[in-house]
Amino acid sequence: MTSNRKSNNHKEGEKITGAQALIRGLEMENVEVMFGLPGGCILPAYDPLIESSIRHILVRHEQGAGHMAEGYAHVTGRPGVAMVTSGPAATNMVTPLCDAYMDSIPMVAITGQVGTSAIGTDAFQECDTVGITRSITKHNDLVMSAEDLPMAIRQAFHIATTGRPGPVLIDVPKDVLQNTMSWNWPSQDEVEDSLPGYKPNTKGHARMIKEAAHLILRAEKPILYVGGGVLKARAASALRELAEMLQIPVVTTLMARGAFPDNHPLCLGMPGMHGTATAITAMQKSDLLIALGARFDDRVTGRVNSFAPEAKIIHVDIDPAEQGKVRKPDVPIVGDCRLVIEAMIEALRDLLQGGEKQADLTTWRSRVSGWREQFPLAYEPSEPGEALKPQFCLEKLRDAAPEGTILVSGVGQHQMWSSQYWNFNEPYTWVNSGGLGTMGFSIPAAIGAKVGRPDKTVWAIDGDGCFQMTAQELVTASLERIPIKVGILNNSYLGMVRQWQEMFYEERYSEVYLSPDLPDFVKWAEAMGCVGIRVDDPSEVESAIDRANSINDRPVVVDFRVDAREKVFPMVAAGQSNDDVLLPPMQSSRREFLR
Amino acid sequence: MSNKVNPYGSAPTHHMLSVLVQNRPGVLARVASLFARRGYNIFSLAVAPTEQDDFSRITIVVDVESAPLEQIVKQLFKLIEVVRISELSPSQAVERELMVATVRASAKERGDVVELTNVFEGKILSVGADAVIVSLDGSPEKLDDFAELLRQYGIIESQRTGRVALPKLDRVVKTSTSKGKAS
Ligand SMILES: Cc1ncc(C[n+]2csc(CCOP(=O)(O)OP(=O)(O)O)c2C)c(N)n1
Repeated sequence: MTSNRKSNNHKEGEKITGAQALIRGLEMENVEVMFGLPGGCILPAYDPLIESSIRHILVRHEQGAGHMAEGYAHVTGRPGVAMVTSGPAATNMVTPLCDAYMDSIPMVAITGQVGTSAIGTDAFQECDTVGITRSITKHNDLVMSAEDLPMAIRQAFHIATTGRPGPVLIDVPKDVLQNTMSWNWPSQDEVEDSLPGYKPNTKGHARMIKEAAHLILRAEKPILYVGGGVLKARAASALRELAEMLQIPVVTTLMARGAFPDNHPLCLGMPGMHGTATAITAMQKSDLLIALGARFDDRVTGRVNSFAPEAKIIHVDIDPAEQGKVRKPDVPIVGDCRLVIEAMIEALRDLLQGGEKQADLTTWRSRVSGWREQFPLAYEPSEPGEALKPQFCLEKLRDAAPEGTILVSGVGQHQMWSSQYWNFNEPYTWVNSGGLGTMGFSIPAAIGAKVGRPDKTVWAIDGDGCFQMTAQELVTASLERIPIKVGILNNSYLGMVRQWQEMFYEERYSEVYLSPDLPDFVKWAEAMGCVGIRVDDPSEVESAIDRANSINDRPVVVDFRVDAREKVFPMVAAGQSNDDVLLPPMQSSRREFLR
Repeated sequence: MSNKVNPYGSAPTHHMLSVLVQNRPGVLARVASLFARRGYNIFSLAVAPTEQDDFSRITIVVDVESAPLEQIVKQLFKLIEVVRISELSPSQAVERELMVATVRASAKERGDVVELTNVFEGKILSVGADAVIVSLDGSPEKLDDFAELLRQYGIIESQRTGRVALPKLDRVVKTSTSKGKAS
């Protein structure tokens, strides 16, 4: 992803410290910004940072540094970098590392470690960082000599950004930072030679691609099932070409929102647990799912053995382990989504020019449009003076958003409504924690996104529960002049959990009530250097949003006090079949149209 | 590790993987933690450096019932330090294992134990007043047979290495090479 790296103007063999080599290495990798917080073991690395071209953003909690790096990577496609000290700081990085691993976010984390002679002695602030993070990183490495630092950095960026992207952690003992080394900067060939077991396959197998093309032309009920891999591969325009060429309807998963424009006539929206009834049903009835960079997550498939029972599967993924992990594909294609889609388009063209005909999709398309008409996203609107509906707030936010606005969400009901009610018409405008579902993701991720794309408006939509997990990073945002906007859909509950307790535990609410008044989000926002706005009534929504959109010199927090009883629909209950989607109450009488 | 009985037989649910890895610190921990984390069972495991200093070979006997072998292999491949994985079926591989056992043997029985050991071409490593320590290397089945016959005297303790294996020379071995490996 990072192209032309800085040329090496530094003298080979120059004597510098490990710390200087580390920072220089990051500069060589074109790192412009990093997120972190210093402490004992990493201290030496913070000294050369003073002279460095790299902007360092000082966070208030290391988890924030990790999520900021993720948000930055999400919107720029470039690896996010976080640097923290050993022990508690390293363990604070565990959640973002796991989050980045689950969502395949390129990220490089650097942690300090106790001196090499103290390793294994339970020294102050020692923890087995490499051991703890082994299963939640794509790779990690404890660097035991200053000489090895440049190669470790090169490998980390190479591994994080190629193949299926992911987080890589480099653990650096304090004496390794302090020791003198002679500067060296391995070439790309040397890096690849040093990793004989790592050769991601990006070009799909030509015969498989041809076979896929045949299947696609013959399918009468095809669906393009688009996952986050399409965004990672920067394949949105290739995807659009493929969909339009054959007029195949598209669903975009939670990780792929924006990979295909929501306002496109072929777009059916999001599939899965809280997807649109149309997307869910179209997959169920399909005879061919063309899965592109998607991993058949349980939140998408529902009960696996009743998922899309008649569909053949073409599965394109750069990670061979995804193929057959959940559902056995008829045509597996290992490769980069963009390269494979482009080759598929070629293969399809050849077949069509050779006289092969595409099956007639008119019946299928009219069935799909029928569902779309019958089952739009729906909620019961409220009048002025009545309780404020969260979906209404999102619609107003969406309608007032400047072009290209980036939406970042936390985890819970507000996340699902955000994904449902926003119109994602451009790639890289949606940032969320899909695989791990990390409450507290949105504020720091929004800050990272805004740092990566300062030209764009960034709205974080958060729950009142999530906000309280990482809100302190708004202090970081104020001080660093990163003017994000935050909309809290404040229902005074852990809303998503409340919804499950209402629906599946006979309304026995257990430990989900937060408080409508505590904390006072407006005062809290102001205390953190932000503008705070409270909205209680539907009539106040538009003016509050306009005001928030007009403030660009500091962060803004809008506390939308929304109806706590509102639930997210449609819904496929956990472990149920996608055939049994629960519709919003006003549509349930129409169920039989979902055939 | 699984505690099923007779893990050394060639039951069809067991498969042997010969995994060539870069010889780097922590690589065994990586392999072991992958198996633990994904719920795969290891029956036996043997690790040692290879003819090349930079690489080690891990021979793993896996319980294929715990997950499809294909998924295990693919997940192993994702480890950056895994260079090559060969799936070895017993008919296509030369397998060896070593056993050391302390066997109860009074002066009266000692001759029988020694004779049995000689029949199997094993070795007597140590002789005590009422026990001997024997060793035997060979195919896992041969070791099973030997252990079975020693049992009548009483095995006080025994230790087996887990099998090591290489592909047979005269057959083409199904080898997954680094080609097609990713991420
Ligand atoms: C760190 C973490 N802890 C717990 C959960 C489980 N969980 C999922 S959604 C949710 C409720 C979120 O509440 P809130 O932020 O108020 O959002 P809402 O659902 O009300 O929109 C909880 C507790 C989680 N996803 N992440």
